[in-house]
Amino acid sequence: MSFLNLKKVPSLDFIGMRLWTFGISGIGVLSILLVLLMNGLPYGVDFKGGVILEVRAPNAPKLDDIRTAFSEVLEGDASIQTLDDAQDFLVRFDEDLFEADKEETLSAVRKLFGKGADIRRMESVGPKVSNELLGSGLTAVFFALLAMLFYIWFRFEWRYGLAALCALLHDCIAVVGLYVLGRVEFAETAIVAVLITAAYSINDTVVIFDRVRENKGRYGRSMPLKALLNLSVNETLSRTLLTSLTTLAALLVLYFFGGRVIASFSLPILIGLSVGTYSSICLATPLLFWLSDATDVHGGVLNQNSKKAV
Amino acid sequence: MIKKNQLFLLALTICGVLLSLPALMGPGRALRYFPGWWQGPQLVFGLDLQGGAHLLLEVDKTQMMADHYDLLAGSLRKALRKKGCRYANVRAAESGIKFELVDEGSADHAYDAVRSLDSELVITRNGKSMRVALPEEAVLSLLASAQEKSMETIRRRVDESGTKEPLIQTQGRDRIVLQVPGADSPERVKELVGRTARLSFQLVKNVLALDEAQSFVPNPSEEILFPVPSSRSDSANEDNIAYVVDREVLVSGSMLVDAQPSFDQYNQPQVSFKLNGLGAELFGAVTQKNTGRPFAIVLDSEVISAPRINEPILGGQGVISGRFSIQEAQDLSLLMRSGALPAPLTVLEERVIGPGLGADSIQKGTMATAVAIVVVVAIMFAAYHLFGTFASIALIVNFVLLLGAMAYLGATLTLPGIAGIALTLGMAVDANVLINERIKEEMRAGRSLIAALDMGYQRAMTTIVDSNLTTLIGAFILYVFGSGPVRGFAVTLSIGILISMFTAVLLSRAMAFAWIRYKRPKVLWI
Repeated sequence: MSFLNLKKVPSLDFIGMRLWTFGISGIGVLSILLVLLMNGLPYGVDFKGGVILEVRAPNAPKLDDIRTAFSEVLEGDASIQTLDDAQDFLVRFDEDLFEADKEETLSAVRKLFGKGADIRRMESVGPKVSNELLGSGLTAVFFALLAMLFYIWFRFEWRYGLAALCALLHDCIAVVGLYVLGRVEFAETAIVAVLITAAYSINDTVVIFDRVRENKGRYGRSMPLKALLNLSVNETLSRTLLTSLTTLAALLVLYFFGGRVIASFSLPILIGLSVGTYSSICLATPLLFWLSDATDVHGGVLNQNSKKAV
Repeated sequence: MIKKNQLFLLALTICGVLLSLPALMGPGRALRYFPGWWQGPQLVFGLDLQGGAHLLLEVDKTQMMADHYDLLAGSLRKALRKKGCRYANVRAAESGIKFELVDEGSADHAYDAVRSLDSELVITRNGKSMRVALPEEAVLSLLASAQEKSMETIRRRVDESGTKEPLIQTQGRDRIVLQVPGADSPERVKELVGRTARLSFQLVKNVLALDEAQSFVPNPSEEILFPVPSSRSDSANEDNIAYVVDREVLVSGSMLVDAQPSFDQYNQPQVSFKLNGLGAELFGAVTQKNTGRPFAIVLDSEVISAPRINEPILGGQGVISGRFSIQEAQDLSLLMRSGALPAPLTVLEERVIGPGLGADSIQKGTMATAVAIVVVVAIMFAAYHLFGTFASIALIVNFVLLLGAMAYLGATLTLPGIAGIALTLGMAVDANVLINERIKEEMRAGRSLIAALDMGYQRAMTTIVDSNLTTLIGAFILYVFGSGPVRGFAVTLSIGILISMFTAVLLSRAMAFAWIRYKRPKVLWI
């Protein structure tokens, strides 16, 4: 890995790329939001209420046969999917259908799936609880973003906070994009993925901003802002890439070896972390440049903060 | 760089690791490899890993208040009569009791009557109509005690059913969480927990055939109750009747002291019960006054049995025979022993994980974590060589201490928690990356070896603390707003990060400096 043991610091022009990165990210975010408005989120039982059954059928029946059999026996709507294994199925239906007679419905399901069918997991969530979970999930995300915004505001100053927040929002939307575009089930673990992405993205951004502040203290007005920011990003590049590499590697291992549940949990975090790294380098810092430039403060307010530098 | 500090650190670490090792092995294997005195608390697995049932129950406040006012209405009638107050149209609902005064002048007596029942009752009057209800605080206080009592009753029932280590907790103002690990038949647990099991002895006034019962209107002091459908095939005929019983409860289930399943002279299952002093007295009086008449044993508004009183029963003991199967007799005595739920419970949420799925997840999760550690170690070595090795050792120690800490703290390991461990490990490495990068920079800037090391660790500290702090904020919020498995993730992540601040910084630093002093190298392999 010789590129990581760099004897000299690279000098890529990240700020210069900003039109491209703003453009691509902007389009990405807009399209995700658009599809979100049109199609909504594919909520899981956690947030919508209902019943989910995970069935293992050693006979490995065909999905279509099962679907027809179901529609004959059960009155309401049941959605049936296969999982990665040919003998594993996910059956989902509304709670009212289930409440009528739980034991009967369960044994009917077992019969439909053939000999030796086993219900490996059952989750039944009433509407009260599902509404609460959705509420607390969204509140959690809101407060987390708020807390992190204040944190950066407190540690640096408002331009940094704003730039970091935009990058944060961008990353969170990217993670939600997985659910919106990929139609992956949006359950409570999705909220966890969004929060972890937020934490990680802030992490990355703080490291770069720390270095910006340090360099301001060191070079002051003698270096133009664009060069200063570029230098800061380039100096921290090897750290940013390496950390992302190790965390992503750990997550990839989880994704491939951890089994279905862990994989479904790791995928959104994987996406979040990758996008988070990208946004800290290519979005947050250019945004900071644009904000400072637009308000014309290089050498003004920003310099006063260098008192806080290490 | 003082020797004493380093020694202390090393000793602390070794202690921690040694204490944590049994937890690492898992409950079964630990006993085989480690002697008794070395054992420590084991990791607690969440339901999603060990399989089991999770129920979220809620006290039915509406029904609870309806029952409360119903009971109160009976006492109110008596109290009003005592004060010489004539009343009409006493109606109890879940919001309170309404009644009408025949004579407006007796309003004061009415107030007295109500206050004599319960001084907290609020009375509103509109001409002849009176309304009586409890204020909100009193209702909430009733709810709280109902929640508490429900929890205890559930605990008794679940304990008796022989489940090991159930988790029963209150949640919020009116909810109860019940977790039964490794449950083979969660349906039975649900049934045991779901029945209110209110037992009462009431006098039977009349027995009607089913079709007669459809059109029969009982007078206000009576009610129509139906027999419990029997699972036994030999008693189909007896299901087609209805009982007209007195509303008044002669003996209630709260007066039971014991109930056990037994067999009658025909070897049919039955339930023998024993009443307490008050119950025995009441029962004696009732049986003396009503010898020769039938009385109904009612469970949750269904008649289990309606025997005739052959003779006065003064000993407070009796037998309920009622076409039970053995299982039913056992369940009934269990319910009677544990007492009635103060109010019906509704199931808000129910999750059952089969043991197969749980074991699968543990196995795959363990392997994935092991491979992840190997991969991360490899990357660190390739990037930083010797210092990468220091970081890797710190990482492994971190992992062991994390599991040990979780075991000692009694924190629950859930499936997301396993992912949390892997995430923690990835982030723990970050601290070392920051440090090593700084060291490289300082060396590039021309500093001496030791100065570079020193400055590297120092300068990186603020950034490390910053980044860990933000992640801890995220984990904290997750803990506050999340459910069980998510909380497991938050706890695992937090403990992991806190430990990593120790291992990644202090431990690797100690190793690095020890190495320098021992080897005195000219060049740093970094």
